[in-house]
Amino acid sequence: MGGSAGSLQAILKILEYIKPGYPIPILLVIHRNPAFPSPLEELLLSRTKFIAKEIEEKEKIEPGHIYICPADYHVLIEKDRSFSLDDSEKVNFSRPSIDVALKSASDIFKENLLSILLSGANADGAEGLLYANKNGGIAIIQNPEEALVPFMPQEALKGLKADHVLDTNQITGFLNSLVV
Amino acid sequence: MQEARILISDEQVEILQQDFLEFHGYDFTQYSMASFKRRIQRLFSMNKGGNFKEFRKTLQHDDGYFFQALTEISVNVTEMFRDAAFYRTIREKVIPVLATYPHIRVWHAGCATGEEVYSLAIMLHEGGILHKSLLYGTDINPIAIEKARMGIFSVGPMQQYSKNYHDSGGMQDFSSYYTANYGIVKFNTDLSQKIIFSTHNLVSDFSFNSFQLIFCRNVLIYFEKNLQAKVLRLFDSSLEPLGFLALGSKESIRFSPLESSYQAILEREKIWRKLK
Repeated sequence: MGGSAGSLQAILKILEYIKPGYPIPILLVIHRNPAFPSPLEELLLSRTKFIAKEIEEKEKIEPGHIYICPADYHVLIEKDRSFSLDDSEKVNFSRPSIDVALKSASDIFKENLLSILLSGANADGAEGLLYANKNGGIAIIQNPEEALVPFMPQEALKGLKADHVLDTNQITGFLNSLVV
Repeated sequence: MQEARILISDEQVEILQQDFLEFHGYDFTQYSMASFKRRIQRLFSMNKGGNFKEFRKTLQHDDGYFFQALTEISVNVTEMFRDAAFYRTIREKVIPVLATYPHIRVWHAGCATGEEVYSLAIMLHEGGILHKSLLYGTDINPIAIEKARMGIFSVGPMQQYSKNYHDSGGMQDFSSYYTANYGIVKFNTDLSQKIIFSTHNLVSDFSFNSFQLIFCRNVLIYFEKNLQAKVLRLFDSSLEPLGFLALGSKESIRFSPLESSYQAILEREKIWRKLK
């Protein structure tokens, strides 16, 4: 799940009403300012039923977790389903870049990857979403009319016929429908 | 958008890793695959041709191209006083201890183009101990090391560096440490004459001295766990008792062989002190 400006509210809305014991791990790649400590982890811990944590490098992906990509690092997925961090050049003026994360996750999980792109003020994510979708993964874009900052979802919609363009409550419903 | 490109497979990456070792003596086989593959993919895409066989051959036999490639493969992103809080801790907790030694030796392993080495030199200067210090900056990449040795940087990011410097507790006018001319910046020679830059490969080269402080920031993240442990052992054998080890903000000695004989001086800032 990726987003930038205006995505925090969307993330909280989507995840707050996810079923308890939801098994599918979620990776959050959000553009944040590395100079300021972010309340994201605490917010998610208090408002969702997930175990929310910032990624440690080489950490294995476990069910029931929300993983937050640290500010100022790209996140990549290894074949053994662990995370690697990478501090190479910014992509789309962003580190972490949603494109980088989505492409890497898609290489590993292929059709089992569900990509969700939310509110944001730059074009990061559009290319990665297309890549993941071509690889067989489902692509969901937050409805630009609902997004606080519609630019990112709009940019993604230019390149791709998304499988679903949804409001946040519909995204919650969709995620819940994936598990019995 | 530049899609529709040919994708490199894991097997092809492994073939190139074997070639790098065989033809050039560089061992990347224990680098984290996801990141290394992305660098190779990037290099391959820049190479326009899109023919893997040709690409491989050129990398095998054209030394000039290989070293250019090495610059693309190894991550050279760095900045001065990166992570102000980290440098503040160095300034407040580490430099006063270093000041008690008659001679100070520091090793920056994986220093890329040297920005962090100059940052520390400035701090040692402000702590009044640069005159008795020697800083070794090493990197796998000879092109980056050559750049570091020249001590010439673009003026572009200086404003950001100046801000980082002040955020880390620096009190001087940052621009007093360099002269700017025609868009480039050269750091003062009283800083650079205390720094020795040299190539060193953490995978295959040995320890070359003993140090009171070793910096290795955002290098271990590119290595697989076994190689991380090996490099940490190299640092351990190069560090004097009560010496300091400083890693990147997402790196740790937890779960490594060093864990029991080091103590974090401030866990959040990833600086450890060797106990014995």
